[in-house]
Amino acid sequence: MSNNERNNQDWDIIVKPKSTLFHLNLKEVWAYKDLILLMVKRDLTSVYKQTVLGPLWIFIQPIFITAIYTFTFSESAGLSTDGIPPILFYLIGQTFWVYFADCLNKTSNTFISNASVFGKVYFPRLVMPISVIISGLVKLSLQIILLLAVYLFFYFKTNQIEPQWAYLILIPVLIVIMGIFSLSLGIIFSSFTTKYRDFTFLLGFAIQLLMFLSFVTFPASMFSPLKQSFLMCNPIATIMEAIKYILTGHGIFSIEYLLLSLITTIFLFFFSVIIFNKTEKSFMDTV
Amino acid sequence: MSRKVIQITNLGKQYRLGQVGTTTLGDDLKRWWYKIKGKEDPFLKIGDENDRTKKGNSEYVWALKDISFDVNQGDVLGIVGKNGAGKSTLLKILSRTTSPTVGEYKIKGRVASLLEVGTGFHPDLTGRENVFLNGAILGMTKAEIRKNFDEIIDFSGVERYIDTPVKRYSSGMYVRLAFAVAAHLKPEILIVDEVLSVGDQEFQDKCLGKMRSVSESGRTVLFVSHNLLAVKQLCTTGIYLKNGRLQKSGTTRDIVEEYLNDDKQLNSDGTIPADFYREHSTGDAFFRKILLTDLNDNPLTRLAFNQPFKVKLVLEALKQIKGVAINVNITTSLGEPIVFSVDTKDSKYITHTFDEGLHEVEVLFDFKLLPNNYRITIGVHYFSDGITIDWLENIYQFKVDKISYNTNEDYPWDALHGYIEPESTWKYKKL
Repeated sequence: MSNNERNNQDWDIIVKPKSTLFHLNLKEVWAYKDLILLMVKRDLTSVYKQTVLGPLWIFIQPIFITAIYTFTFSESAGLSTDGIPPILFYLIGQTFWVYFADCLNKTSNTFISNASVFGKVYFPRLVMPISVIISGLVKLSLQIILLLAVYLFFYFKTNQIEPQWAYLILIPVLIVIMGIFSLSLGIIFSSFTTKYRDFTFLLGFAIQLLMFLSFVTFPASMFSPLKQSFLMCNPIATIMEAIKYILTGHGIFSIEYLLLSLITTIFLFFFSVIIFNKTEKSFMDTV
Repeated sequence: MSRKVIQITNLGKQYRLGQVGTTTLGDDLKRWWYKIKGKEDPFLKIGDENDRTKKGNSEYVWALKDISFDVNQGDVLGIVGKNGAGKSTLLKILSRTTSPTVGEYKIKGRVASLLEVGTGFHPDLTGRENVFLNGAILGMTKAEIRKNFDEIIDFSGVERYIDTPVKRYSSGMYVRLAFAVAAHLKPEILIVDEVLSVGDQEFQDKCLGKMRSVSESGRTVLFVSHNLLAVKQLCTTGIYLKNGRLQKSGTTRDIVEEYLNDDKQLNSDGTIPADFYREHSTGDAFFRKILLTDLNDNPLTRLAFNQPFKVKLVLEALKQIKGVAINVNITTSLGEPIVFSVDTKDSKYITHTFDEGLHEVEVLFDFKLLPNNYRITIGVHYFSDGITIDWLENIYQFKVDKISYNTNEDYPWDALHGYIEPESTWKYKKL
């Protein structure tokens, strides 16, 4: 076989030490869509094996947390809930916050918790964080049903709730932005933690602290405008306030800050892709 | 000429010894600084050869270096080499679980790698769920798995337990199910690493059979094993890796012979070099010398047909060793054992004690080896707990000629038939 002929052979896989920065290879991820679905199924079912209540835990968790929050923050500490019934206020906050925190927590473990699988078989590594985000979405949509029930109860019982119908369409968009934001953050953390485990400790309490800066347990209106303008730089805080505003008419809805969140998320996403690509290829040597 | 499906060019993989993976933060920064200045990575120029027995100068080590070879479609390529020769690193790179430091490779077709069976099995999920999950991880689509599902279950033989969580499985059942999934992959290239060393004999045979049928269907297999017999049976071509470098590539037989011959160079008086590679050793005692002699103690490397022979060993005990047993095995040229002789057998399981110092051990063999090539493996063990004090595999090689020793009953056939001529009595009767 001549050299020429050899070069003309169309190879399916060419592996070199270095690759381009933005090479995401979504086509390959698509080819593994069945794996993503099975992973989502695994995430959702394996957790509830050997439990009596099973998937009911998805509903029990927010109910308990809301009850405790209502007791501590509203009843005892007397914090404002912006004119929204406290139970609804905390339920909204915690439903969306848990989605974000769960996704971030799990995606940040992508490399370490899957090291044994990644070390033996190749498949697009992005499958794992993506499946985490999707199973998070499934859980979220179930919890939204609960939220909806509580919401309708207060909607008909009180007149404190004024849904902003015009913006309702934005909610799914905001959820997607939250998902991508947590995915990007999670991937960045997971890439760093393969080599430097310090980030695991950092993330552990950072998520807890971030909750207090994201208007989950108290509203933005508690703060002076100056402090607000700082706090609203946090995309999650902006989105949280926007969701509350759309659902109840109370909260801060600011197009400028939402655009800022979007830009931050997009920027972070591209940054995470670069880091992920660099890590993906050789993390087995450092993990 | 058949089509090339894998082409590997100058592949190399560098590791840093010690705590953290391939680099430290300081070296990372240096690397980055060189990159900004547009210079070559400074750490690629250094690095020791991968020989774990010797103390190196650099903390960087090349697990693989300058590996170049091609694989054609339908080849079953055996990869042999000692522990740490870079076999698994090579497979890891080819199955894309880690990337090379230098060089590149190209692959044509779908690759499935079996570096382990049961990758991604979740203990809480049932057998059925895990078959789908594992299949998908290995690159099958849901439809493909569903199509092969019955066959997979049939092959694994765990049908009754298929809806039970796999954490309740016995380890054998677990492996069977896992291998069954892997066996029903339909990749163009299959990469297999020693997965056959699990399961009972029946299952191992089943696996070997499956691999054979994979290769017969024109697909390409890369196979790493320490089981030279399996390599020889399955593979058409092979490569031999030594200290991270490609020592030889060629037909399986050449490779296996080369692998066994390599490093087994004894001095002419039978002295075993001090740096000789030992598979197992506690350090309590070492074999220092091995010789094959005739009955008058003349050293031999070839025997005449029918010739009785002795194996003489010199054992140095660094301290007193009690209750030991010494064995001398005669193996084929490919290392398959055919004769096993242990000194406790003759003395009705009475073991020996060696004081500190040198001891000569002699064993007289009186049986007929047929003309062929042979090797000797020797070992010394504590008899009670089986701990091996020293073990030298395939250390000595010799040949048995067709010419008879003291009679004119030469070996009459052209072809070689087996290894041992037993004492046999033939009777004839007209019926």
